[in-house]
Amino acid sequence: MTLFDLRLQEIQNKLSNKELSVTDLVGEAFANIGKRDERVGAYLTLNEEGARAQAAALDDKLVSGEARGLLFGLPVGVKDNMVTEGLRTTCASQFLSNYNPIYDATVVARLKQAEAVTIGKLNMDEFAMGGSNENSSFHPVRNPWDLTRVPGGSSGGSAAAVAAGEAYFTLGSDTGGSIRQPASYCGVVGLKPTYGLVSRYGLVAFASSLDQIGPITKNVEDAAYVLQAIAGHDAKDSTSANVEIPDYLSALTGDVAGLRIAVPKEYLDGVDPKVKAAILEALCVLEGLGAVWEEVSLPHTEYAVAAYYLLASSEASSNLSRFDGVRYGVRADHSGNLLDLYLESRSQGFGPEVKRRIMLGTYALSSGYYDAYYLKAQKVRTLIKQDFDQTFDKYDVIIGPTAPTTAFPLGSQVGDPLTMYLNDILTIPVSLAGVPALSVPCGFADGLPVGLQIIGKPFDESSILRVAHAFEAHTDHHKQRPSL
Amino acid sequence: MSIQVKDVEHVAKLARLNLTDEERVMFTDQLNAILQYADKLNELDTENVKPTTHVLNLHNVMREDEVKESLPAEKVFLNAPEEEDGQFKVPAVLE
Repeated sequence: MTLFDLRLQEIQNKLSNKELSVTDLVGEAFANIGKRDERVGAYLTLNEEGARAQAAALDDKLVSGEARGLLFGLPVGVKDNMVTEGLRTTCASQFLSNYNPIYDATVVARLKQAEAVTIGKLNMDEFAMGGSNENSSFHPVRNPWDLTRVPGGSSGGSAAAVAAGEAYFTLGSDTGGSIRQPASYCGVVGLKPTYGLVSRYGLVAFASSLDQIGPITKNVEDAAYVLQAIAGHDAKDSTSANVEIPDYLSALTGDVAGLRIAVPKEYLDGVDPKVKAAILEALCVLEGLGAVWEEVSLPHTEYAVAAYYLLASSEASSNLSRFDGVRYGVRADHSGNLLDLYLESRSQGFGPEVKRRIMLGTYALSSGYYDAYYLKAQKVRTLIKQDFDQTFDKYDVIIGPTAPTTAFPLGSQVGDPLTMYLNDILTIPVSLAGVPALSVPCGFADGLPVGLQIIGKPFDESSILRVAHAFEAHTDHHKQRPSL
Repeated sequence: MSIQVKDVEHVAKLARLNLTDEERVMFTDQLNAILQYADKLNELDTENVKPTTHVLNLHNVMREDEVKESLPAEKVFLNAPEEEDGQFKVPAVLE
């Protein structure tokens, strides 16, 4: 048993009982990073000095008995696309390799307010574009369960750090599956909240109608606990939802009797047989707890990946136009005029996947193709959303695998973008519909973790957390740790 | 419809990207493969379907027109590649 096997609230109890100090917690995190991160590659920037200073200050507060924030003393790693004042933020891109933000993202401000300790910035696919973390322009992340395999992406560093005991919890971002898929591959819990529940202010924009921040944790209770601290309306994000935030922990009752579960046949057809077996076994566990499940159809599932890549790339091509080498980021050496400055800075600063998506998006939005591609994809998005709306008229949650396979070997899909995109076939429809979903460990196939995806109604994070928590209480998959 | 190298060159110009010869060929192949896959969407009749730009039922979000504190200029220039007299410096736009 190590500190990393404890729930966040158990750790805080030990702080209260003076069995532990914040300095101990932070020290343990950096010790594990020192021992393991050379192999895992989860971090891009460490905040060791800042974290140790903050830990000492919090330890003083522990002695004086002052009121404490919700996440008091808990070391956290933050995906490197959320800006942190005074702490380098790169989006894993050469373009921002020298970028030192001058303000905090709202989620980062909320972590500070809750008195969590930011220990570093986590590796990712460049600008969150990718599903394997091989698109980081610094170095890839390796899966702690098998260092020859990918951790998933784009929040690969966020998931691998939790799995490797290099962070007590982390924040990731999810545009088409970028929290859930790496959580599945790394055997941890990843929650993508409803679009608009968590502020996007200070999250470097990829696809603004899809991007959402959420926690990656070792267990479901921790996910609920962290969500409590980061959810809620923010006037600085005009797409932030003004909804009342429930008490997520109180939803974890363990009671799923009578719960109506829909299992889309499209989510089981064609997935790896061992993944499918783990999902069916998980459904048996829930059935044993009094839930009922039925097979349903989400008929537009097969169109989701095509619609997503047109929409997300179009939004990305627009969002990434701000990277021009004028106000921040790396300005390339150039010999000519302003146009050359733009061309050289962008051509040298962006990696191949980012360029590919900018090209695809620019094409889909360009004169003569807008209706055929962008508008068509927006209409298909409506049909996909309707699939979910109709299913939720009759069912409480939708359950299936998070990803069709377990983690694949590094390098095995590079150069074949379409195959890579299809790894997200089960997470993308959820993103297009904007509904919440989480991935919880539900077994192993050939020693690699399998994730169960639990999808909920808009703003009903409570239900998916309750189901995942009840499932987790009757299994021990989440207690397994990789040997590193 | 299939994409030619000249289309890729045109799009790269719109996107402010200089492509190498290798990239031009690679992106032509890859964009064709992706767009061919995207043609799948044409199997669906969307004649009477409204587009979804956004999943939330939000309309224009306004705030009071009040002057608020903004970032101090010296902070804004901390990341500037080139700066002069409180302005971002770029090469001459007019020759």
